[in-house]
Amino acid sequence: MPHPETWLRVTPAGLWCEPGDFFVDPTRPVARAVITHGHSDHARPDHGAVLATPETLAIMRARLGDGRAGRRQQPLRPGEVVVQNGVRIWLRPAGHVLGSAQVCLEWRGSRAVVSGDYKRTPDPTCAPFEVERGCDVFVTEATFGLPVFRHPRPEEEIAKLLASVALFPERTHVVGCYALGKCQRLIALLRRAGWEAPIWLHGALLPLCRTYEALGVRLGDLRPATAARKEALRGAIVLAPPSVVAERWARRLTDPVACLASGWMRVRQRAKARGVELPLVLSDHADWDELNATIDETGAPEVWVTHGRDDALVHAMGRRGIRGRALHLVGLGEEDEGEAETGAAEGAA
Amino acid sequence: MSIPAFAALLERLVFTPGRNAKIALLKRWFAEQPDPDRGIGLAALTEELVFTTAKPALLRELAAARVDPVLLALSRDYVGDSAETIALVWPPRAGANAPPPTLSEVAEGLERTPKAELPALIAGWLDALDAGGRFALIKLVTGGLRVGASGRLARIALAEWSGRPVEEIEEVWHGVAPPYLPLFRWLEGKGERPDPRGTPVFRPLMLAHPLGDSDLAVLQPEDWRAEWKWDGIRVQLCAGPGGRRIWSRGGEDVSAAFPEIVEAMDFHAVLDGELLVIRDGGEVAPFADLQQRLNRKTVGPKLMRDYPAGVRLYDLLFEGEEDLRALPFDTRRARLEAWIARVRPARMDLSPQIAFASVAQLSAIRAGARAASIEGLMLKRADSPYVAGRVKGLWWKWKREPLSVDAVLMYAQRGSGKRSSYYSDYTFGLWRPDGRGGEELVPVGKAYSGYTDQELLWLGRWIRNHTVARFGPVREVEKALVLEVAFDAAQRSMRHKSGVALRFPRILRIRRDKPASEADRLDTLMALVGNREAKAAAD
Ligand SMILES: [Zn+2]
Repeated sequence: MPHPETWLRVTPAGLWCEPGDFFVDPTRPVARAVITHGHSDHARPDHGAVLATPETLAIMRARLGDGRAGRRQQPLRPGEVVVQNGVRIWLRPAGHVLGSAQVCLEWRGSRAVVSGDYKRTPDPTCAPFEVERGCDVFVTEATFGLPVFRHPRPEEEIAKLLASVALFPERTHVVGCYALGKCQRLIALLRRAGWEAPIWLHGALLPLCRTYEALGVRLGDLRPATAARKEALRGAIVLAPPSVVAERWARRLTDPVACLASGWMRVRQRAKARGVELPLVLSDHADWDELNATIDETGAPEVWVTHGRDDALVHAMGRRGIRGRALHLVGLGEEDEGEAETGAAEGAA
Repeated sequence: MSIPAFAALLERLVFTPGRNAKIALLKRWFAEQPDPDRGIGLAALTEELVFTTAKPALLRELAAARVDPVLLALSRDYVGDSAETIALVWPPRAGANAPPPTLSEVAEGLERTPKAELPALIAGWLDALDAGGRFALIKLVTGGLRVGASGRLARIALAEWSGRPVEEIEEVWHGVAPPYLPLFRWLEGKGERPDPRGTPVFRPLMLAHPLGDSDLAVLQPEDWRAEWKWDGIRVQLCAGPGGRRIWSRGGEDVSAAFPEIVEAMDFHAVLDGELLVIRDGGEVAPFADLQQRLNRKTVGPKLMRDYPAGVRLYDLLFEGEEDLRALPFDTRRARLEAWIARVRPARMDLSPQIAFASVAQLSAIRAGARAASIEGLMLKRADSPYVAGRVKGLWWKWKREPLSVDAVLMYAQRGSGKRSSYYSDYTFGLWRPDGRGGEELVPVGKAYSGYTDQELLWLGRWIRNHTVARFGPVREVEKALVLEVAFDAAQRSMRHKSGVALRFPRILRIRRDKPASEADRLDTLMALVGNREAKAAAD
């Protein structure tokens, strides 16, 4: 039985399955791509054939435009299998954002799982992560691969936000969040916590919320913040891209409370560097405990780390007898929470 | 649940830039927290209550016992702050299900637990808290809270929360102590206002402006009274049936450091004076001696014998219940003299007045004052009432010209805090005979200030290039650089190897032009030592 490293290789364009002649989440246009999820560092434009879940394909069309989301789109639902040049391909939910999936590959009895980005905490806007047991190699991210990252329960962070809204009823809470995934999850969590009032959105966040709703995720009363009168936003919750919460766009609101929903908010220096008044530790990535637990549950004897803090994770796996290998894939971790890392690192330097 | 609630408050206060928002957060704390925790939390935020029971090293050892060293080091590198790293990486313990501690449990535990049991106690608390709670706890038990919520801000928040005027709260503030139960009872309308008459209360001190040349020119000698400005710490003595307190200039209670003074305060009055180390015969010791007595929680008999404290009295603010502050200075002075003659308080004496007929004469008196215990002159207008703060035109301070020597740099040490990356503490010395026919350098003092930023950088480079030995944070340098060092006074001291102590030495300039062999000799400095009696005592 061939070892996965003989048929799944790291190339400048990304992870390449040699016998199947396709890439997983390639960083440049290729003929055949399998895409784990719609974040822009994983789903890039102008591939030939694109294989992904129907939700990811819809998100790609919404973000990239019909013409650039793959010349030929092939939807694959979790549980279905396709075979490409003798390589069996199937998908399992990754729990990261709507449509996110792990890519499971098998060639001549040798099996590898490329998990993309994932988390284990339940998320009302997407299907939960499913463990694929018995693979020879599990390919993982390590965005939060340090033991300092243990995300609190999302409900606690939402309660923190709502307590602040109650304490400062005259002020507008502006919550920075990523347009795909975090934004819709925040809205859904707020709804679950009983917040039925309209939620106001920066223009950049609206289109993907419409896509989510079209895919069956209900988000309640959403309104564009840009058109709203300042007075209407007193005591309201406004969601906006992270880059604008402490900027002029937010300052025109009534005494705004700058909030940011990100796993990086766990570290005070990062929150300080972003000029945040209310940090909300809410992440769409696995924390340290989830990374390690997931690796153990897959039972994989060998784990490849695509991006993030691979040094600590490889060390910890080594102590449990699991072979770890850092792939140092370039170009990953640039959207969603990876973006905050670079911004904050500059600010903290 | 109070540590988690306290942690939440702390986090919001740290990240909230707005003053109104901070007040709103404090108001919610007062409204929602039970006694005594709300008062303990208030005292911790305003640093009226600071624990130093646990050292940061203890926390690091606890973490090292629980976390893989490689992961701990990687985490520490990433986070940058030890306390925060420990709070974040502290692993949950299977089966730990104790409720989180309350602030009062923590305060009591720190006070009562023997040192050997402290690590287990703190580890147990950490097990019961989440990351935010652990961070607050670590900062609390190591005395490193530093949230920057001033006492004033807290009292404004108390006023807004209770609807009482902030002045009323200020007046009773010093009569109440953490956890402020009578204060909260009153503010919630459940009890009487704490009586500031019953307990000793701090009244803000009257301060002096530095005297400028133009002020001097128009000064009419007959309208002014002169006294020495003694070089100790300014205090207010407050004693009566409700208790005895020694307040520092900033209203801090320093009574615990000077039990012999408190014992001598067997009267009912409020006095203004200078706290000094006064040896037999009324001689005032150098400020360095007084420093031995400051910032101590407990004071043993040896310390009191070696550094006996006394108070030189300047003013009488209250005699019994009678408020004298609105009376003219001359009247208060007469009352003070009569009071001392009648009460004869132990460990206290009168600050004498200096007669003068002209400004020129006063100027000569100031120039002739060489005693280290004198910083200069105080000028008080004969009709000045005693008013809080620095009101221009009522009191002047007229400091002495500084003295200086050319000394040789001997050792340099890294500073602390934001100066920790610079060699900012300089030990300098003067020449004396080495007893074998040659000359040797003997250290005479340490300067921490006086240089410009450019000079600091230049000195840093010079020190690195001329290091001859290293002892931890200290570098010994080649004896080749001359510094002109200014100081306010010099006095004989047996505690110093050179036999002399300098008051407030600072670097005036770097004498790159001067070879080290031409720096001053110890004899030159000794000639500047003014206090002959002290010299006799030291011999
Ligand atoms: Zn992603």
